[in-house]
Amino acid sequence: MKPNRHQNPVVVEVKGVHKSFKQVHAVQGIDLNIHEREFVALLGPNGAGKTTLVEMIEGIQHPDKGEIRILGKKWDGHADDLHRKIGLSLQETRFIDKLRVSEILRLFASFYSLGQERVNQIIDLIGLQDKRRAYVVNLSGGQRQRLALGIALLNRPSILLLDEPTTGLDPNARREIWAILHRLKVEEQTSLILTTHYMEEAEKLCDYIVIMDEGKILREGMKEILLNDQENEKIVEFTIEEPDDVKSGFFDDAPYMVSWDEKKMTGKAKIPKIEKNMHAFLQYIASRNLNIRTLEWRRQTLDDLFTSLTGRHLDE
Amino acid sequence: MNSLLHPGQLRQLILAYSKELLREPGVLFWGIVFPILMSLGLGIAFTKTQDIERSIAIVSPAGSVTGFLSGMGEKLDPEDGEEAYKIRLRDENLGNTTLFFTPMTWDEAIASLKRGTIGLILEEKNGDKIYHFDPSNTDAQLTYMKVSALFNSRKIETASGEEIQPLTLRGTRYIDFLIPGLIAMNVMTSCLWGLGYGVIDKRSKKLMRRMVATPMKKSHFLFSLITVRFMMNLVESVLLFIFAWIVFDVVIQGNIPALILVFLAGNLAFSGLAVFISSRTANTEIGNGLINAIVFPLMVLSGIFFSYHNFPGWSIPYIQKLPLTLLTDGIRSIFIEGASLNTILFPSFLLVLTGLFFFTIGLKIFRWY
Ligand SMILES: Nc1ncnc2c1ncn2[C@@H]1O[C@H](COP(=O)(O)OP(=O)(O)OP(=O)(O)O)[C@@H](O)[C@H]1O
Ligand SMILES: [Mg+2]
Repeated sequence: MKPNRHQNPVVVEVKGVHKSFKQVHAVQGIDLNIHEREFVALLGPNGAGKTTLVEMIEGIQHPDKGEIRILGKKWDGHADDLHRKIGLSLQETRFIDKLRVSEILRLFASFYSLGQERVNQIIDLIGLQDKRRAYVVNLSGGQRQRLALGIALLNRPSILLLDEPTTGLDPNARREIWAILHRLKVEEQTSLILTTHYMEEAEKLCDYIVIMDEGKILREGMKEILLNDQENEKIVEFTIEEPDDVKSGFFDDAPYMVSWDEKKMTGKAKIPKIEKNMHAFLQYIASRNLNIRTLEWRRQTLDDLFTSLTGRHLDE
Repeated sequence: MNSLLHPGQLRQLILAYSKELLREPGVLFWGIVFPILMSLGLGIAFTKTQDIERSIAIVSPAGSVTGFLSGMGEKLDPEDGEEAYKIRLRDENLGNTTLFFTPMTWDEAIASLKRGTIGLILEEKNGDKIYHFDPSNTDAQLTYMKVSALFNSRKIETASGEEIQPLTLRGTRYIDFLIPGLIAMNVMTSCLWGLGYGVIDKRSKKLMRRMVATPMKKSHFLFSLITVRFMMNLVESVLLFIFAWIVFDVVIQGNIPALILVFLAGNLAFSGLAVFISSRTANTEIGNGLINAIVFPLMVLSGIFFSYHNFPGWSIPYIQKLPLTLLTDGIRSIFIEGASLNTILFPSFLLVLTGLFFFTIGLKIFRWY
């Protein structure tokens, strides 16, 4: 089955949006639609413009050019209404140090005219029952991120925007957050936009992936399509034995090659329909009188995709 | 006002900020303990009728003062080890004065004068006495007169038909002058540091932008901060007054509603100023500098610790219009002059105007994100 994106109505519409700061053109003409109940990952390295884009969708920053509609409405004139429909966590927020977990939740709940009952539900949801009386300043990084997520979820938002919700957390803490989001996906009607540097996070949680760099969208699509799983495209990594006469540019005309490191004698190729095309690839190597020392293939990852788009790794 | 539609929101904001404030030990120290310590220290230093003590440097070629002072009829005590002398002048009306004479080289004497440990240098040259002091220093002049009178066996006496009667009226002691000043100063520093810095801090921690990204009313954000600050100032001022009343017998001679009015107006003025200062910057260091740049000049000019009438005459009318002067003079006139509501109306009006002016501009340029 080919994953089909356009079943649900569009809830976030970004059209031709630009944003510049003094020196930097942070967002350079972005178009993006997000559908109801869709989980979307904005993936990109530092400075790609993820935060700027997300904050414009959140109404915190204003585009220099272009248009943003949330649930069909612009921020102008509908701020109060839209604030009630979205939930968000910023890349970094320091809540009041000397307030207790339950108190800070109670404060934010009051902004939505919600009471203690909802606070208790959220504390259960984010698993901070033991910490409800702890001061915010004494929480661990993971607990703080869960608190921020809990605050974002107070009003049962129909659109949730999380800016790097797991950056800096250890794998366990990260998985705890993923579990909460996963539950949300199953139980609620929420649409999610999440920014991240972690391809694993994007792959695990999201259906739709947007790869950004330098203020532009490089590639976007349903996860399966982006990674060409349908085509059975695989990444092949291999090393060869050093031949007697090293000629540079061995692999210049090899099929499917992505990269070649002459010092280490290692190469990487991306081969579609591997069950058919592997043969041709091996034949090429044999035709050059080269001996393979090691060879393995694996699924393509988002990092491979990013590298092939930009020549850099995601976390560089 | 919209707040009526969201009573829960405003209540929770006020609760949260109050807790934030009360859980910070530094707040209690700087807001309550520190002003009390200051009033205690300064009150004792300047109010108790102790001996007036003055130090004088003796510069003589022999390097010795014995010959110089031994002929004096007064009591003369060599200090332990050093060759310093102490002369006590008794005076029932003006209080006793103790003079300390210390032999020094000329360079030492000048250094001590610059440091303020002595006010007068007495040089002996060929049997003559030469007095060196800064004539613009009235205290040094007085010391000179006392020392000169001593050596000439004169007494600073009242002529016949003259009489000195020490004032023991209420409200004339230094502590009576000081307490209203401390209350006014506390309102200023508390508003600027507590409120102004608080806003900048919340902006720099991205808490403000997080809160504004909810249906919270922006006006509630500031209104609750100002309310909490005002209640805190009230408590601090009342505690300081109670302390001064118990320990120094300081009383309020004037009209209490007038005092409340001018206190409220002062809070408004400095809250407005705080909102203005904190309206744009997210940088706590810039905020720090801005606040210091306002607090220190006002503290020096506005007659908190000493009367601004020591400043040149042309500057006094301007000084009197400064918000801290308006507040200090207002509170002080009620405390010690027994001023009425009428006399306080105009200064209070000016304070309210100052507050509204800065508040309006501050809100216009306020950066919520
Ligand atoms: N307020 C600002 N003033 C000046 N430049 C800014 C501002 N905000 C962002 N930028 C610049 O815009 C570019 C995009 O920043 P943005 O924060 O959107 O990136 P990001 O993808 O979120 O990066 P990261 O992964 O590090 O969070 C960067 O070059 C950044 O320096
Ligand atoms: Mg970012």
